[in-house]
Amino acid sequence: MYKTWWKFLCIILLVYALVAGLLIKVPNLPILGETSRNLFYHVGMWSAMMVLFICSLVHSIRYLRTMNLKYDIAAKNYATVGIFFGLLGYATGAIWASYTWADPNNPAFQSFSAVAREPKLIGTAVALLIYFAYLILRDSINDLDKRARVSAVYNIFAFAMLFPTIFIVPRLLPSLHPGQEGNPALNFKDVSPQMRMVEYPAFIGWALLGVWIATLKIRINLLKEKSLLKK
Amino acid sequence: MLEVRQQYSFYGILLYIAATVFVLFLVIDEPEGNIWNGLFWVIQLFICINAVAKSFLQESRGRMLYFYSISSPVHFVLAKLLFNSVLMLLMSLISLLLFFALLGNPVQKIPAFTGLVLLGGWSLSMVFTFLAAIAAKAQQNAAIMAILGFPIIVPQLMLLMKITNAAFNPDLIILWNDIALLVALDILVALLSVILFPFLWRD
Repeated sequence: MYKTWWKFLCIILLVYALVAGLLIKVPNLPILGETSRNLFYHVGMWSAMMVLFICSLVHSIRYLRTMNLKYDIAAKNYATVGIFFGLLGYATGAIWASYTWADPNNPAFQSFSAVAREPKLIGTAVALLIYFAYLILRDSINDLDKRARVSAVYNIFAFAMLFPTIFIVPRLLPSLHPGQEGNPALNFKDVSPQMRMVEYPAFIGWALLGVWIATLKIRINLLKEKSLLKK
Repeated sequence: MLEVRQQYSFYGILLYIAATVFVLFLVIDEPEGNIWNGLFWVIQLFICINAVAKSFLQESRGRMLYFYSISSPVHFVLAKLLFNSVLMLLMSLISLLLFFALLGNPVQKIPAFTGLVLLGGWSLSMVFTFLAAIAAKAQQNAAIMAILGFPIIVPQLMLLMKITNAAFNPDLIILWNDIALLVALDILVALLSVILFPFLWRD
């Protein structure tokens, strides 16, 4: 937790992603135009969110194995930071969509409710709802150990049910979202090699940033709860 | 298990089914296939929450202690899963009959649809049994149950609706893949509850 090399790596990768993401040449597709640069930022948010939720799951499992409250605090904080990144992902996605899918001022585009049936939106909405439910469940139990135990169980159960959502739901619905057969003008399947050079470092960078924020929050919470943990 | 003795809750759920379907009957008459299907699964969902939530929430502290002393957690949760599955299968059949009787019958492939309804009722009961076990540990039980349950049940419900839609349209065939996926999900839930329930159990 206290090593520093990955924080430098995170900063370097993010600076690289910001600069290169704005400077490199992206293929200028119809409709999409320059908006495909959003790949580096919007999709990066989701990768960070998934990494954080996985961290949360791992700490829940570790809590159940050791019954050490430290891991419970870690699991909770990873989940909250994950939710934060999920909301950011929605925000960046909405900016992108307003240029490509559903500008309310442009009658040529579809209405919002048609776009909102998008499988990826549903999948992430389910993910966020699950983690909001996780936080509410935590708040509804007063006893510390019981709260940690019950919420860890829910976290594991929910995560196991979340993966089917991500695998099943996209197959059930037609999709407009890039990265799927659908609207050919929006097909990201042929992400150009140059873009890949920025894409993967950007994903790793965002994920590291998320973990960094979470570890800071965990350390603050550990200090706050110090008296409890010592017992 | 002792649940069979609590007959009043059983009749309570029966009445619940009858009342909701009757309200639907008064509000709309003979809906189309799609709407019929959607309504049916939503009603199933609420029946399931009401029927299955009872299984853990009703138990008093003293009785939980008694169960604790006579059986292991794995046996206990398996018994609960089994009982709730049977209960929910029965309820699904009853609500299906009521739907046929009161709201007309747009279903083209009745045997297949009945099978799917039973399978769906089973999946719902499995998921909600385990969630009820979690919710029983929290205060404000009934509300927590809905909050925890809905996001988790969404993929299964969507899958069910997609499969059952095929039963309304003679042109579509029912895909075995999807059914296998549902069964796999159920097995996953059962496994998870067997693994995780012992942690909820100690108190």
